[in-house]
Order: sequence, then structure tokens, then C-alpha cells
Amino acid sequence: MSPEKLTMMANQIATFFKTQPGADGAERLAAHLNDFWEPRMRAQFFAHVDAGGAGLDPLVLEAAQFVRRPAEA
Amino acid sequence: MKDFIIPWDDKDMGTPAKSGKPVHLTIDGAKVTVPEGTSVMRAAAEAGLDIPKLCASDNLEAFGSCRLCVVEIEGRRGTPASCTTPVHEGMVVRTQSEKLQRMRKGVMELYISDHPLDCLTCAANGDCELQDMAGVVGLREVRYDAAPEKANHFATRDTSGQPNPEWLPKDDSNPYFTYDPSKCIVCNRCVRACEEVQGTFALTIEGRGFDSRVSVGAENFLESDCVSCGACVQACPTATLQEKSVIEMGVPQRSVVTTCAYCGVGCSFKAELNGDQLVRMVPWKHGKANRGHSCVKGRFAYGYADHPDRILKPMIRERIDEPWQEVSWEEALGFAAKKMRGIQEAYGQKSIGVITSSRCTNEETYLVQKLARAVFGNNNTDTCARVCHSPTGYGLGQTFGTSAGTQDFDSVEKTDVIVVIGANPTDAHPVFGSRMKKRLREGAKLIVIDPRKIDLVKSAHIAADHHLQLRPGTNVAVVSALAHVIVTEGLADEAYIRERCDWDEYLSYAEFISDERHSPEATFVLTGVDPDVLRAAARTFATGGNGAIYYGLGVTEHSQGSTTVMGIANLAMLTGNVGREGVGVNPLRGQNNVQGSCDMGSFPHELPGYRHVKGAEVREVFQKAWGVEIDPEPGLRIPNMLDAAVDGTFKGLYCQGEDILQSDPDTKHVSAGLAAMECVIVHDLFLNETANYAHVFLPGSTFLEKDGTFTNAERRINRVREVMAPKAGYADWEVTQLLANAMGANWHYTHPAQIMEEIALTTPSFAGVSYDVLEEKGSVQWPCNEAHPDGTPLMHVDGFVRGKGRFIVTEYVATEEKTGPRFPLLLTTGRILSQYNVGAQTRRTENSTWHQEDVLEIHPHDAEVRGVKEGDWVRLASRSGETSLRAKLSERVSPGVVYTTFHHPDTQANVITTDFSDWATNCPEYKVTAVQVGLSNGPSDWQERYAAQAEQSRRILPAAE
Ligand code: SF4
Ligand code: SF4
Ligand code: SF4
Ligand code: FES
Repeated sequence: MSPEKLTMMANQIATFFKTQPGADGAERLAAHLNDFWEPRMRAQFFAHVDAGGAGLDPLVLEAAQFVRRPAEA
Repeated sequence: MKDFIIPWDDKDMGTPAKSGKPVHLTIDGAKVTVPEGTSVMRAAAEAGLDIPKLCASDNLEAFGSCRLCVVEIEGRRGTPASCTTPVHEGMVVRTQSEKLQRMRKGVMELYISDHPLDCLTCAANGDCELQDMAGVVGLREVRYDAAPEKANHFATRDTSGQPNPEWLPKDDSNPYFTYDPSKCIVCNRCVRACEEVQGTFALTIEGRGFDSRVSVGAENFLESDCVSCGACVQACPTATLQEKSVIEMGVPQRSVVTTCAYCGVGCSFKAELNGDQLVRMVPWKHGKANRGHSCVKGRFAYGYADHPDRILKPMIRERIDEPWQEVSWEEALGFAAKKMRGIQEAYGQKSIGVITSSRCTNEETYLVQKLARAVFGNNNTDTCARVCHSPTGYGLGQTFGTSAGTQDFDSVEKTDVIVVIGANPTDAHPVFGSRMKKRLREGAKLIVIDPRKIDLVKSAHIAADHHLQLRPGTNVAVVSALAHVIVTEGLADEAYIRERCDWDEYLSYAEFISDERHSPEATFVLTGVDPDVLRAAARTFATGGNGAIYYGLGVTEHSQGSTTVMGIANLAMLTGNVGREGVGVNPLRGQNNVQGSCDMGSFPHELPGYRHVKGAEVREVFQKAWGVEIDPEPGLRIPNMLDAAVDGTFKGLYCQGEDILQSDPDTKHVSAGLAAMECVIVHDLFLNETANYAHVFLPGSTFLEKDGTFTNAERRINRVREVMAPKAGYADWEVTQLLANAMGANWHYTHPAQIMEEIALTTPSFAGVSYDVLEEKGSVQWPCNEAHPDGTPLMHVDGFVRGKGRFIVTEYVATEEKTGPRFPLLLTTGRILSQYNVGAQTRRTENSTWHQEDVLEIHPHDAEVRGVKEGDWVRLASRSGETSLRAKLSERVSPGVVYTTFHHPDTQANVITTDFSDWATNCPEYKVTAVQVGLSNGPSDWQERYAAQAEQSRRILPAAE
């Protein structure tokens, strides 16, 4: 998947959690990724984050610390 | 061959059942107790005393025209008609006497004197109530001459050879039934069926006395308002309205009760046969979803089952540019298994996956996901429900705690305010649409939220009280504005909320929604909905009594699909409309088994029963049952599979009964993904569009050829019964098992009942379901378990499944898909009555009489500025691609909006749709695409290239002998 598409998807999810009350938006966003993103997608996600995470919403970047790093395939 | 399955008692009781306090009476000396309001006719029938009748039928209100059902009542003068006479306490009735017999003979004599006596060669011979009644009343002679020189309706010419002006020719314009006026006894049953059961009002009786006739108000049936539901044909006691299949094949001799395989209503049918030849489908009166009604698809459109296009032999090929090679089952399965295992060795365990089908049975779906989880060893399973109702699962799961509609269909009979959002029940869920219309005629209010003027907005004898004709893509804004009005005008049901919902969450929600930015006045610029209309609708919903919300794909197929579902749940909780009859939140599921395929663990993150794969206890249940380790990581969803395929990490797919190339958005992306795979196995009835990219084709079986269950939109588990042997040799569940075993599994199911046993064993909401239970009860709604042995018609009755109902903040976010100078119009998509989904089945039936091609509905104003006239070829372009189709000028759409269906592969409407999707579930955004429309002179280059590729890839070489 292209980094642009991945960024768009992650940001779309962030858009929802940003509107939710409470201070745990990053945790909840991360939980969503852990629940629904297959390890390959999370690996691509980390590759992009590790490369600076261009275009990612700040909430996504904050959430990255709570996202489970997939085991090396 | 299957035994004769005796349908539970099917007798016609003459008039509809009533509920009321018990009334005692005596009929022919027998004591009878029936509810108040019951007719004497029905009371007698319940005592086993059948009174002769012609114009009465228990699915229609009594009419009292034939006077065959006369009885004597002690203390009352004359001979009243028993169908129109209600019982009362202490009544003493006689159904037989010399006088009554004489009167009945007289009635029959009159009928027969104007009826052609060609019974032996009549299509209804053996299935004609006029014949039966002649026998029952002992008609032995006809004193009035049935003579051609007298005025009559049946002789084509009089004795002098002049044409008889009273005679009318047969109307066989409808592809499925004929109307032969010479046989009509003007009993009015057809007219009442069309009004009361179907709600179309296509038929009337014209003229009086001898001149009265059934009229369709048009040249013929096909030209009329008739939607070909067949209710009138079923109601007709004679051969006047008759199925063409019966005319051709004769009266059927045996029947099997089964379930329609088209839409999520899940109508029960009697498949009526001679030997293994299906003669007709008759909706089963005890079917709890349909109560004896059906639509044109279920009743008539089964011809695809023996269409010559069906592929009955397995086929393989090394590369997709080669022709297909017909081979034995063994060879095909061996070839497939070797390829799939080979891919896993080369690219890893997670490089292959499955797609289950919402058309197949629960048992088949369960096996396909089990194939992925237990045999492939990964969670790469998804279903076409991804592209329609995945946001329902997510949204309702978050708010209520379970991913399903809250009501049964009967509930609509108690509803006072019906809200229809992004659904078109009269076209997509016709039988439920008819039941809804019946309730509307009884006075329920209707709110329609839809960019198009759907039929419900205005049709015979119904009209929406409020139509919120919103701009596509603004559902969240409209739903939030409704909530804003309810909360700020103090219409919320706070007592209910305090008792049932999380109060703190409500308070923060109320604060959020009360903000001015959600007011109808503020959202008007986004939605285009008149604030006064919106406020009025909100007040009607909040104060009008039982309010029920029905929604469809117009809600889910958006980038904010899940958010809208949550907004709908909020509305229902705000107004106290969950947890009893007549209310609720009801997703109308598209295909027959969308509900079931979701229940059965088709999603990559969930095991059967909506339990996330990360849960160790849940995995343990299946590990024990299957004897394998289950991967705790979620698998790939369909769009992710295609992305991974393009990336080169996903190489093999087993796709059962699903045509992702035609039904999924952004066709070019799908074809690129498929083309990148090394082994695509398509298991289907026809060489569908996806099969153009397949290496293995496994022939599928129709719903007539297998046993199993479907679960409809009301969570009702209905039995599908084998009506004839599988034409390709195996039912679909057997094929999946053979593939699993070829890949090294050791499954040995011998009947789908055993698969259901395994489902019941592993899935708590199905714990009480078995084929025996279904045999006994006909159907059950899940949850069905120890706590609810008879199933659960209404959910959340004593509180929400998740405990407290949860209000979720729903902020409107504009879709990225925006109109601009290049693409100034918004395209939205939908479906029509006579066709089904991608049309693979319905296109192969006479239903194409009504819909030969997809057309583009465009507002006359938008058409005019583009120089487009009715019927012109137009080019429809988006940033994804372009296609061509014919234009239809229509005021059903607002200016700025265009609409089409996606039933035909030549149109390829999905070349246009983009890969935007719901934020939570990746359900594609079919309902909003920015487009431009212009004149063109025929199919686009892409369409022609596509057609050529399809042609090329469908070549078949016969098996070498
Ligand atoms: S087929 Fe249905 S719609 Fe058509 S006339 Fe008969 S009852 Fe009415
Ligand atoms: S067409 Fe059939 S149902 Fe209709 S009035 Fe004539 S006999 Fe009765
Ligand atoms: S309403 Fe749906 S389930 Fe019923 S007959 Fe029509 S297509 Fe089949
Ligand atoms: S059946 Fe009662 S009047 Fe016809």
C-alpha cells in the first residue's frame, strides 16, 4: 500500500477519535489499529512513522507508541 | 432425492386471524371458541367445518361478493354470508341445509353458465377452486344454457360467426404469468391482493354487473403499474391469472419448504415440483418473515438455475491468458491445493486467504472461514458484507453491544413513525416494503431521508410526511441536526436515558449536540435540507409514539458510514425507541445472508459470534474444536488483500460465490490486485467477472441444490432445503471440504446439520440452534440458547446487551470526495426491484424484461445544460475512470446529483467509484463520487477493452477424452 493511502486511512481514523471526549484519544486510536490492522499494515505503518511520518496527523504519531509492533514475518 | 416434506398445515381459513377476547358459539352442533372479531367462516374452518367459498381467502379482508358461503343463524332471518359475519357469544350456526344447498347450487350454476367448460385441458385443472366448489355443492346440471348465442365472455364468436364483443384475448405480456379474461369470475381476489398484500393498486374492477372486468389501467400487464409480485396470481381461484410455468409443465405434485436466496428479507417458499422439475415457487404462508407474500425475484426469477451459461465442470489453467481446461473434480482440487500450498511455502503462511459469500449458507460460510483459520493457518477471511454492512457491525456494536437489527419484521405493525434512511425497501426489500406500506396506509407517519425521491416518498395511497432530500455524503450532519432539535427542544426521553443508558456519557453528548453548529439552520449549507422540514421531522419522530428507524446501504457505504450508524443509535436512545415492539434500529441487509455471513466469523478480526481473535478464551474454544493453533492477529480485509497483492505479499485467493471485480469499488484497483495473484480460485455458478482473473473454477450449486440455513435481516435462521440434486455433483459445502482435505485437513462432515452442531457448540448465541429445532419451530431468531430457547424476536428488552446504552459523539466530517470544476456532479448508486446485486442471477432470467441495461438518472436541468436528451449515450467520468451509458431524465434526483444502478457488467459503474472508504471498517464509499457527464457516442474505450479481455479469458477447451 502506498504511504499516501496508509496516511489517509490513519488520519481518517484520527479524525473520528479527535472528536471524542476524553484524553485517551491516542490509546483508543492505537487500539483500533491493533484490532483491525493486519501485521503487514502495521509494519508499513511503522516504516512510515520511523521514516518521519510525513503527513500523519499528530494524534496518529502520538498513538504510534501504543500500537503493537508486529513480529518480524 | 429428498422426501416429500409436508408443509405444516396450509389450509385456507377463509378470513384473516383476529385477536380478541374469546367468544363461544356452536356450529353444526360443535362447540367452538374463537377470538372476538373472527368471521363465522373462520370459526367453522377452525372446527374442521369448511364452508364453500370463492371470493374469500385468509390473506385478504372478506368481501362478500360470491354468496357461496351462506349459512343459517338461529334467531336471524335470511342467510348471511359467513365470511363477512363476525361471531358473537352464544351464536348457533348451521352450515348445511337443503335450502343452503339449493342456494349454493344456484350460485354455482350462474358462474358455470358463463365459463368455458374446457376443464380437462385447462392449466388449472386439479388446482381450481371453481372446479372444487362445483364438486362440493354437488352441481350436476346447468339450467341456464352456457350457450354461445347468449351473452357470455368465453366464446370468441357467436353462432352466426360474428366476433363476440364480450370476449377479450389473453394477455401474455408478462413474462411469468398470463391473464385470460374468458375465465374470470370477477371474485375481486386479485384486486384485493394487489391492494392489501402488495400495496401497488395496479388492478381495479371496471364496469358493473355482467360488464364488470378486471382492469390493469393500461394496454396490458407489462405496460401497467404491476410489479409482477404474483400475489394476484396466487389469489386467483381459477386459471384466469396463471403462471406460465404451470401452463407449460402441469400442476405440481410435491413441494419442499425452503428460503429465497435473493434478499435479506428471507422469504419462505414452497418449491413446487414434478419429479425434480421445479414448476413454481409459492410463498409459504407460515413463513414468519413474509407471511405468504413474495416479490418478482423470489417467486419467478429462478430460471438462472438451469441457464445454459452455468458451468458444471471444474476448470483450470496455468495462466489467465490461456483458455480454460475442463478437468475432473479431483484434478481441479489437486491443482488448487498444490498451488495454494506452494504459495504459502514461497511467500509465507499469510500470503493466501478467502472471501466468503453472503449468498451462501451459514454452514458454507462457516467452513470457508474455518478453511482460512484452521487449514491456511491465518485470519485472512473477509466477506462481501465488507462492502455493504460492516459499519453496522461496528456502529451498533459500539453503542448497543451487538451487531444486529433490534426487531422482527412483525414489529412494523406496531410502529407509529417510520424513518427510512438511505434505503429503498420497495425496490431492494420488496416484501418488507409491502408490509411497511400496509402500516402506512393504516396511518403511521413516514420520514424519508434520501437524496432521491424513492417510491415511498409518493406512490399509490402513501406519501412521506417529511422528505429530507439531503446532498449525498451529509448523513451525519442530518442525523446530528435531528438529535440537536430533539435535545435542545427538550424532547429527549430523559427517564428512559437515565434508566437504560450511561448518564454521564449522555450529558457530554447532549452538550456536544446542543452546539449551534449542529442546528438545522447551520447544517443547511452542507445538507441542503430545509431547516423547517428537518425540525418538523425531528418533532414527529420524538413525539409521534413508537418510532422505528430502517436504514440501508445509503447509510453505510460512506466514509462516515460507521459514524452515521452510531448517530442513528443515538437518535433511537434519545427518544426511548429501543427495547419493545414497534420501535428499534433496523439495518436492511442487501443480500440474503449478509447477517449470517457476519455471524459466522467471516471478518478477519472476529471468530464466529463477533468475538475478536485477540481473546485467548475464544481462541481456546476453537482450538479445542479444531485441534489447531489460531492466529491472534487480525487478518486482511478485502481492500487490504488487494493492496497486499499489488505489493506482492498476497498471492492466492479462494473466492466463494462473490464477484469482487464487479461489486467492489474502483474496478481498476481490483483487477490490478487480482492480476498480481498466482492462484485465484473462483467457486461460483457462472464465469463471473472475477473469473476472468482466475486459475481454478469450481462449479457452485444454487440454493435449490443444497441443505443449509440463511439468516435474514431480523436475525431469523431459516432452513434452505435441497429441492434437487446438485447439478455439478457437489453442494458448495462439500466442495470447500474437498479443498480443505486436498490441502491436508481431515474433515468429514456428511450433512450440513453436523456443521450447525459445531456452530452451536462453539458460539453461545447459536447454542440452542439445531436442524431439529428448526424443523419443529420453522425458524428461530438468534440469540437462541438456554436463556432464550425459542429465540429472540426483540433485542435489548431488559437493558442493552452491552449493559448501559452508550451515546457516542458524532461529528460531521466532509468526505474527501468533493465536487469541483472538473467533476461538478455527485453520483450515487442503488438498485432496482427486478434485478439483484451484480445481476449475475437476475440477468439470466426473464426479469431483464424490466431492466435491460443500467441507465443514468439525471435531473432535466443538469441534462439541458449539457445538451443531453432522454436516451442519449453519455460519458460518465470521475477521477478513477469513465464509462458510458444511456441517460434517463428524472426529477427523482435533485439538480447536482446523478444516480445509477450496478446490475450490468457492461456498464461497470464501479470503474467510476473511488477507493475512499469508511474510516472504521474500510466499507467503500459507493454512495458519493464526484463526476462529470457529457454526451458520447457509445461505449468507452475501457468498456471495449474490458469486453475483449473478458471474451478472451472465457474461452473453454473441452476435456480431452
Ligand atoms: S403481480 Fe402483484 S403488482 Fe402485479 S397486478 Fe398482481 S398483485 Fe398487483
Ligand atoms: S382474475 Fe381471478 S382473482 Fe381476479 S377477479 Fe378474476 S377470477 Fe377473481
Ligand atoms: S423480498 Fe427478498 S427474500 Fe422475499 S422473495 Fe423478494 S427477493 Fe426473495
Ligand atoms: S366467500 Fe363469502 S361471499 Fe364469497
